Amino acid sequence: MGQITLQKVSKKFGNAEVIPPLDLTIEDGEFTVFVGPSGCGKSTLLRLIAGLEDITSGSILIDGTDATDQPPAKRGLAMVFQSYALYPHMTVRKNIAFPMRMAGIDQAEQDRRIEQAAAALNLTDYLDRRPGQLSGGQRQRVAIGRAIVREPSAFLFDEPLSNLDAALRVGMRLEIGELHKRLRTTMIYVTHDQVEAMTMADKIVVLRAGVIEQVGTPLELYRTPRNTFVAGFIGSPKMNLLEGEEASRHDAHTVGIRPEHIDVAEEGGLWSGRVGVAEHLGSDTFFHVHETGLAETITVRAPGEVNFRHGDRITLSPRLEQLHRFDRDGARIA
Amino acid sequence: MARSVTTRRKIINTALAWSIGLLIFFPILWTILTSFKTEATAIANPPQFFFFDWTLENYAVVQERSNYARFLWNSIIIAGGSTILGIIIAIPAAWSMAFVPSKRTKDILLWMLSTKMLPAVGVLYPLYLIFIELGLLDTRIGLTIVLMLVNLPIIVWMLYTYFREIPGEILEAARMDGASLRSEILYVLTPMAVPGIASTLLLNFILAWNEAFWTLNLTAAKAAPLTAFIASYSSPEGLFYAKLSAASTMAIAPILILGWFSQKQLVRGLTFGAVK
Repeated sequence: MGQITLQKVSKKFGNAEVIPPLDLTIEDGEFTVFVGPSGCGKSTLLRLIAGLEDITSGSILIDGTDATDQPPAKRGLAMVFQSYALYPHMTVRKNIAFPMRMAGIDQAEQDRRIEQAAAALNLTDYLDRRPGQLSGGQRQRVAIGRAIVREPSAFLFDEPLSNLDAALRVGMRLEIGELHKRLRTTMIYVTHDQVEAMTMADKIVVLRAGVIEQVGTPLELYRTPRNTFVAGFIGSPKMNLLEGEEASRHDAHTVGIRPEHIDVAEEGGLWSGRVGVAEHLGSDTFFHVHETGLAETITVRAPGEVNFRHGDRITLSPRLEQLHRFDRDGARIA
Repeated sequence: MARSVTTRRKIINTALAWSIGLLIFFPILWTILTSFKTEATAIANPPQFFFFDWTLENYAVVQERSNYARFLWNSIIIAGGSTILGIIIAIPAAWSMAFVPSKRTKDILLWMLSTKMLPAVGVLYPLYLIFIELGLLDTRIGLTIVLMLVNLPIIVWMLYTYFREIPGEILEAARMDGASLRSEILYVLTPMAVPGIASTLLLNFILAWNEAFWTLNLTAAKAAPLTAFIASYSSPEGLFYAKLSAASTMAIAPILILGWFSQKQLVRGLTFGAVK
C-alpha cells in the first residue's frame, strides 16, 4: 500500500513561503511526477513527504495514518537522491544491505533480497566493489537497489537522472519505468525535464512557485493545458503563444498552437515568414520562423524530408482545431 | 598548469626551506647532542658540535635516579585518555554544529575557541581549589579531564571542519534507510570521517603529551607525566644540562617517533578541506 495525501501542507523557510498551503492525493501504485522549473518547490515538496524537512502547517497522511510528526525512518518510504548518496566506505553489498540491517532483518533474508535486487539491476558482478569504483549509471542502480530491498510503501526519486549523460539517461528512464510496472509500488519522481515527466508518469503535477498549476495524465496536460504556463512548459519544442490581433480574431487574449500542429508550404498558408534556423534531426525538422508579424519566432515541426533553408520565405497553416485559447489571466477558455 | 621554475630559483628555494627547517629543528637537535656530552662539554665555550667524546652516562644516571617507565605510562594514559574522551564528546557536538546549525552555531564555535585565548594561569587558582575539594590533585583521572577540557575546543573545531565536507545527502539517505541518530553517527558519519578523526586524534595526542602547565601544577609524584619528569631535572642544586637534555630526549622521543611515522596523516589532516 502506498497512498499519500497532503492536506493544506505549507512550508516556510524563515519568512519566505516556499509552498503555500496545497492539497494533493497520490494514489496507491501510481507513478506521479512533480515537474516545474528550478526553484518551483518540487524538491522541497518531496522532502516534506520524505520527512527530511518539517512542514510548517497542514498534515501528511500515508495510507490514511497521520505521518506528519513521524521521522523519515518511520514513514516506510525509500528515496533515491540526485547525488546517489551512496555510503562510500561500504561495498555495494553493504550499501544495499544497510536499510535491512537497520530494520534488523535476519542475514539469510538479507542475502536473498540482495541477490534478487542485484540480479534485477545487473549488479551481481559488482557487489564487492565500492561506489567509487562504479560508473554513474551503476551507482544509480545501487541507489535504486538500496531503495528496493526495504520493500517501501512508496519510492521517492529526486532528479535521479540529472547527473547521467544523455544516452544513459534514456536507458535508466526505461529501467525505472519497467521497475514500476513490475513492482506496482507508488513512485513520486521529481524532475525539471518535461520529457522525463511525459514519458514516465501516470500523473503529472506541474508546479510553479510552490503552487500546483495542473494535475493530470501526460496527454491531458498536452491536450488541455489549464493555463499558458502549463501550455508553455509541457511539450517540446514549446507551444507558440500569440497575443494581439491574431488572438482577438479567436476571441481570446492569447492563443497557443503547438509546433507539430502547423503545416509548412512554399505558398498558400495562412501566415508567412522567413526561416531563421532550421534544425534537422533526421526524423523531424524544426523551423524557427521570423518576420511573421505575429511573434518574434514561431517554431514549426515538419517532417524530416521538408527541406527549406535559412532565409527562405515560407507560409504556415495552423490547424485551427488544435488551437488553444487563453484569457487575460492566462486561463484556458473552454 | 605547472608553473615553470628556473633551476636557480629552485636551488634558492630549496636552500631557504632547508635553513628554515634547520632553524626550527635546531633546539631539538642541540638537546639530543647535549644529552650525549659530559656535563663539562655541555657548557664548553665555544660549544662543541659533533667532535666530542660521546657518552651514554647521562642516560644511565637519569634511568637510575627516576622511574622513566612510570612517567611514560602516566603520559600515555593522560594524553591518550584525554584525547579519546574529547573525541567521544566532540563527535556529537561537531555533528550538530555541522549538520543542524542554528543561528548561534558560529557564535558558539567562536566562543569555544575564545577560551583558548584565556591565559591558563588565570584559572589556575580556582581549578586548583576545585581539585583539592574533589580530591583530584595528583590523580591521572583529574589531569585527563583537565587536558580534555583544554583541548576540546580544538577537537570540536577540527571535527566540525571535516564533517562539513561530508555531503548532507548521505546522512539524509541514512535517515531514509531507517537509521537512528546513533546508527547514523556510528555507521555512516564516523567511518566516512575516519581520516579527519585520525588526524584530530593524532594532533590532540601530541598537544596533550606536550602540555606542561597543568601537568606541572596539578601533579606531584603519582600522576606526573614526562613533562614533569623533564622539569624535575632543572633542579635548584645546580644546572645539569647534559642530564636535563637526556631526560628531555627520553621524554620527546616517543612523540617524535609517532610524529615521524604519521607525518603524512598529520599534513593531510591539517590541510584537509583546503582544496577540493
